[in-house]
Amino acid sequence: MFGYTFQWGQAVKWLPQMLEGAWVTMEIAILSMLIGIAVAILFTSFRQTKSRILNGIVTTWVEIARNTPALFQIYMAHFGIASFGIHFSPFVSLLIGITFNNVGYLTENFRGAMKAIPDTQTRAARSLGLSAPQAFAFVVMPQMLRIAFLPASNQMVWAILMTSLGVTVGMNSDLYGVTQDLNSVTFRTFELFAIAAVIFYVITKTIQIGARLLAARLFRY
Amino acid sequence: MFNTALTLSDLVFLAKGAGMTLLVTAISVSLGTILGIIFGIFRFQVGPVWAAPVTFLLDVFRSIPLLIQLVLANAFFGMVLKLNLTGLAVACGVLTLYTAAYCAEIVRGAVEAVPTTTRRAARSLGMTWLQDMTHIVLPLATRVALPSWIGLALGVMKDSALVYIVQVTELLKSTQILITRLQEPLLLLMLCGAFYFIISFPIARLGGYLERRLSND
Repeated sequence: MFGYTFQWGQAVKWLPQMLEGAWVTMEIAILSMLIGIAVAILFTSFRQTKSRILNGIVTTWVEIARNTPALFQIYMAHFGIASFGIHFSPFVSLLIGITFNNVGYLTENFRGAMKAIPDTQTRAARSLGLSAPQAFAFVVMPQMLRIAFLPASNQMVWAILMTSLGVTVGMNSDLYGVTQDLNSVTFRTFELFAIAAVIFYVITKTIQIGARLLAARLFRY
Repeated sequence: MFNTALTLSDLVFLAKGAGMTLLVTAISVSLGTILGIIFGIFRFQVGPVWAAPVTFLLDVFRSIPLLIQLVLANAFFGMVLKLNLTGLAVACGVLTLYTAAYCAEIVRGAVEAVPTTTRRAARSLGMTWLQDMTHIVLPLATRVALPSWIGLALGVMKDSALVYIVQVTELLKSTQILITRLQEPLLLLMLCGAFYFIISFPIARLGGYLERRLSND
């Protein structure tokens, strides 16, 4: 019918390599999320201060991260920084690019979550004798993380999908990179990328469902 | 102090790339929105069980990387069906479905946000389903959907940077071609980033303003 013979057997043979690639993809996504959440929390605390410099840094970062393509950010991390004489490996460039993007979106998520927490809580904490950093860390932040949990899990899915952009800076050990390399050896483009697509689908679905279950389990009152 | 090998014809080349980015975005967002509205209303009307195949299909577009979608579509049309589609057609096709997948979700949420009582009142006043849809649901749902839709349109513009994989020379690809030739990555990337930012930032701000303005509380 198609005049094209699908050769799934050949492609499935490479599954172990591709699963190894999937693991690297997971590593990058998890690392970028952990760093991203840490920086985003820091930025959210910056936003609580009235300092114009700190607020300026946060706003600039967030707006650039949200208003330019992720691919551009990864290029910038690789080729842009390289023009200052600092050369990162593709892994590091990709990690920096995705983390930069994550921080932007997560800070915005956290800002939305902060709105849901009444200001009176901070004041109550302060009048109980907690210092401003203590009130943020022990009263506001736990609630903020709870509200922002599901949006953050969406960002995790985005981080997974963004790892496929690493190939543009020469990354060849993540799922997309491995698939691309195998493709240049075997020329089974459709089969290989279809398998990669299935792996990506399974990973993202697992994260989404896992996050829902975790949220239901952790955040019941 | 500041000198560059960038010439006027290079800037024209960049502008062409920017034009391509805008063209791909305009086509995909307009077609994708129409499809998204159809899918969204369909999903709302027939309920979650009957819409499950559509929901699953649209979900696939949101769960695998756009890059892989583009490569797969290109391989499918080029190698399997042996059609001679241009890269632009493949790029627009994939981005349209990608937009539709997100748009359907927005539309469904927005239609669900219209109170059932309001719609029942319209129907009991003798309005047909279509009248109810156009005169009651449309104005109310648009308020809910518009800010997210603006975000989606901007997202598609940024994601259109990936269509270079099917040989469409859009802004980021033309920047990269120039980088290879001129070896001035920082300046060129800054120019490219500034273009995206100048388009995206004001519209994103407008979206934020509309969101505050149109929300009921």
